[in-house]
Amino acid sequence: MEYWSAFFVGGFICGVAQLFMDYKFSQMQVVIGLVLAGVVLGALGVYDWLVDIAGMGALLPMSGFGYWLIKGVIATTEQNVIEAGANVFRLVGVEIVAMIVLSFFTALICKPKG
Amino acid sequence: MRLRDNYRQAVKKFQPKPSYVANSLKAFFIGGGLSVVAEVLRAQFRVNLPSLAAEQAVLLLFIGAAVVLTAIGVYDEFSQFAGAGSTMLITWFANSLTSAALEHRSEGVVSGIAGHMFKVGGAALVYGIVAAYLFGLVYFMR
Repeated sequence: MEYWSAFFVGGFICGVAQLFMDYKFSQMQVVIGLVLAGVVLGALGVYDWLVDIAGMGALLPMSGFGYWLIKGVIATTEQNVIEAGANVFRLVGVEIVAMIVLSFFTALICKPKG
Repeated sequence: MRLRDNYRQAVKKFQPKPSYVANSLKAFFIGGGLSVVAEVLRAQFRVNLPSLAAEQAVLLLFIGAAVVLTAIGVYDEFSQFAGAGSTMLITWFANSLTSAALEHRSEGVVSGIAGHMFKVGGAALVYGIVAAYLFGLVYFMR
């Protein structure tokens, strides 16, 4: 059952984004809009519900990235304004650091194709 | 402004009409399929790991796969075929960093690879971080 909901939620986000891309907006604008939507919905608490239903179907698109940005700030046990900036990277830091390190060594080793 | 609008209307007749339904369905099935793969992987990781670590491990696997596919040159073709089915996922981010770094590889290690790495993907990061920080401040100040 959870596989079906992951399929439909993940597919729905991608399909709607494709409609936006075909209609008017550039790819970059759609991606940024998706990240912003994740941040706003995460702040309102809607995205928690979506992740409960769909699991990775909601976390794998870029809106899941925005959701983790805001969730790192909000869902801390110590409510501290000063550390809000550090907590932005609490959850997504794993991904960002992995991406930077992997792509750095990839660029060192490989040659561009095509 | 007037000139730009005129140009747009003049060009519009000769542009091929995008097939909205077909593209959207393709993105739907590919994005949904990748989500199901991620969900299956999460169920596997969930046996030994706590929930958050399992989700992060799945995302790390997808990032690693995207970087490797970009390095061997397969990701471009897949991305062109899939449309939003691949560009709206976290793999877009990994692909944009890696391809920008690879593209400017010839300019040197410092100003080429490191300087241009966030050329494309940085925009999403900037907007996400600014919005998250502002919303977090509002959340604590209320």
